Amino acid sequence: MAATAKTLFDKVWESHIVEQLEDGTCVLYIDRHLVHEVTSPQAFEGLRLAGRTVRRPDATIAVADHNIQTSDRSQGIAEPESRIQVETLERNVAAFGVPYFPVRDARQGIVHIIGPEQGISLPGMTIVCGDSHTSTHGAMGALAFGIGTSEVEHVLATQTLLQRPAKNMLVQVDGQLAPGITAKDLVLAVIGRIGTAGGTGHVIEYAGEAVRGLDMAGRMTVCNMSIEAGARAGMIAPDDTTFAYIEGRPYAPKGEAFDHAVEYWRTLPSDPGAHYDRVVTLHASEIAPMVTWGTSPETVLPITGVVPDPAAVEDKAARVQMQRMLDYMALTPGQKLAEIPVDVVFIGSCTNGRIEDIRAAAAVVRGKRVAPGVRAMVVPGSGLVKLQAEAEGLDRVMLDAGFEWREAGCSMCLGMNPDKLTPGQRCASTSNRNFEGRQGPGGRTHLLSPAMAAAAAITGRLTDVRELT
Amino acid sequence: MQAFTTLTGIAAPLPLANVDTDKIIPARFLKTIKRTGLGVHLFDTLRFDGAGAERPDFVLNTQPYRHAEVLIAHENFGCGSSREHAPWALLDFGIRCVIAPSFADIFHTNCFKNGILPIVLPREVCDRLMEDAEMGGNARLTIDLARQVVVRPNGEEVPFAVDALRKHLLLNGLDDIGQTMQRAPAIDAYEARVRQRAPWMLGITAT
Ligand code: SF4
Repeated sequence: MAATAKTLFDKVWESHIVEQLEDGTCVLYIDRHLVHEVTSPQAFEGLRLAGRTVRRPDATIAVADHNIQTSDRSQGIAEPESRIQVETLERNVAAFGVPYFPVRDARQGIVHIIGPEQGISLPGMTIVCGDSHTSTHGAMGALAFGIGTSEVEHVLATQTLLQRPAKNMLVQVDGQLAPGITAKDLVLAVIGRIGTAGGTGHVIEYAGEAVRGLDMAGRMTVCNMSIEAGARAGMIAPDDTTFAYIEGRPYAPKGEAFDHAVEYWRTLPSDPGAHYDRVVTLHASEIAPMVTWGTSPETVLPITGVVPDPAAVEDKAARVQMQRMLDYMALTPGQKLAEIPVDVVFIGSCTNGRIEDIRAAAAVVRGKRVAPGVRAMVVPGSGLVKLQAEAEGLDRVMLDAGFEWREAGCSMCLGMNPDKLTPGQRCASTSNRNFEGRQGPGGRTHLLSPAMAAAAAITGRLTDVRELT
Repeated sequence: MQAFTTLTGIAAPLPLANVDTDKIIPARFLKTIKRTGLGVHLFDTLRFDGAGAERPDFVLNTQPYRHAEVLIAHENFGCGSSREHAPWALLDFGIRCVIAPSFADIFHTNCFKNGILPIVLPREVCDRLMEDAEMGGNARLTIDLARQVVVRPNGEEVPFAVDALRKHLLLNGLDDIGQTMQRAPAIDAYEARVRQRAPWMLGITAT
């Protein structure tokens, strides 16, 4: 019955259509709406000006993460503009009755860490947030995507969005990842293969043995960076790994409701023979530890490689752009990636700020010291991740090695809170974007996995983690 | 939202691919709680040096492009962060139309919500418009949304595609929230069906 075979995306999409308009646009129902301080003030203001209310405060959850400091917060937010933005969020959630995890609540954290952690993000749902990395939640088997502030306002007012269906893309990763190779390497390899615009207009479903073999944290890392491949969303079919992760989470269904939910969730995986508009296949055994060298996530190579040479690029515009990247990054063609020295190491973000990521970093760092002159920091993705790590003694491992151990937040993933690179500083970062100035004006970013970041902290240069373990 | 009907204006050439929204407006300027006033920070690191002085070679710092209303760029314009501050900054600067071979999805949607028309045209066509743009003040482009054409300075008309609904909203400057709210009965009915089928889907505090 190939004609009716559906993909995971098709199933979630179709079950959320409220109405289909004449030109094919759908009124799509939204199950969960996550809200943060940076992209919501103008949306709440819009509601206020139009005299509108939040249709479903009980399907909405708010948290501040982007511009709060990750040092001591007992005296509140230090930076005045950031404080105003957080206070504005607090006023808005109070006025509109939206649930909120306050800054000093242990459940506070990066919005994409806390959704799954709390059992708020579940399989089969539509989940949105005014933030492109909402794709993270697709790891649950949900359709989760980032929206702009006008759409945030639209969801607040109507609990729906006007959307046109995306195309289906399958990224199939066959075989098993070699020891020491992580979900981050996998997704960087995918982006390197298809490019930063390779997924535009598509929802990517990740499948294959290597993806099935990932734990939920790894699946979240992969889906998180779907937007770096230009995709609207990334999804992974829910399975027993997913259900075991969800069971018992604070806002997940309990008891009989959980059993019913699982029964439904088991119907979600793509049907055999379902149609994909595009299929990309990778072999896990060919994936090495990856690191970016340029200012776009697609500029990625195995750590064993060298900085590429613009002279070898045929297209003039592309050549000029590559040269511009190398100038910005202060790299020379032919230079070995594993010889690039770093000034800062950042372990955190919604890509790699989960407990599994901190464990992976600690396993590399244990008993070693951060190289002289390197500033290394760990920023847990949520207050609960931080507490869990402390319960396991991982804070001691990192602190003893010379890492900073900070409060939860977006931190150095983006340059809008006090954790910033200074001009010219070079950072090995577990975050998701290496754009010019992303981590602070003039800062230079190399994206890599937590284990690779930890290795760079120890040696003071980009390092093949397989040499350290 | 300001309606978009026809526009005749100066087009600025920006021959770069993958212009990300961090480049359009860096994160440090996102602390505002308003939609307006961001034009001064548009393309901040391309436009200004570390000391805040204008970089004389950046296109928007030169005449006549300080008054550009159209921007021509390469592939994947607006990639990265979903920040609507990017179209807000463009609009505040005076840009009402961006023409490129492709756009990132979220940025593309955000433009329509703010009265900016993003036009997708093949790379060869964009290259010709880029040449027009390089001619400066004597070479204005006209964008006619109702007829869905870009009129080049030499009079040649280049057709472009646009979704019917988005075109309607843009031509009339309509707020789509108001439109969707008229569909409340259908939304109510949908919620009633979910409440029957899977009540745990409905609310975060429902279980
Ligand atoms: S950690 Fe970085 S990418 Fe993730 S939500 Fe925060 S700023 Fe965005």
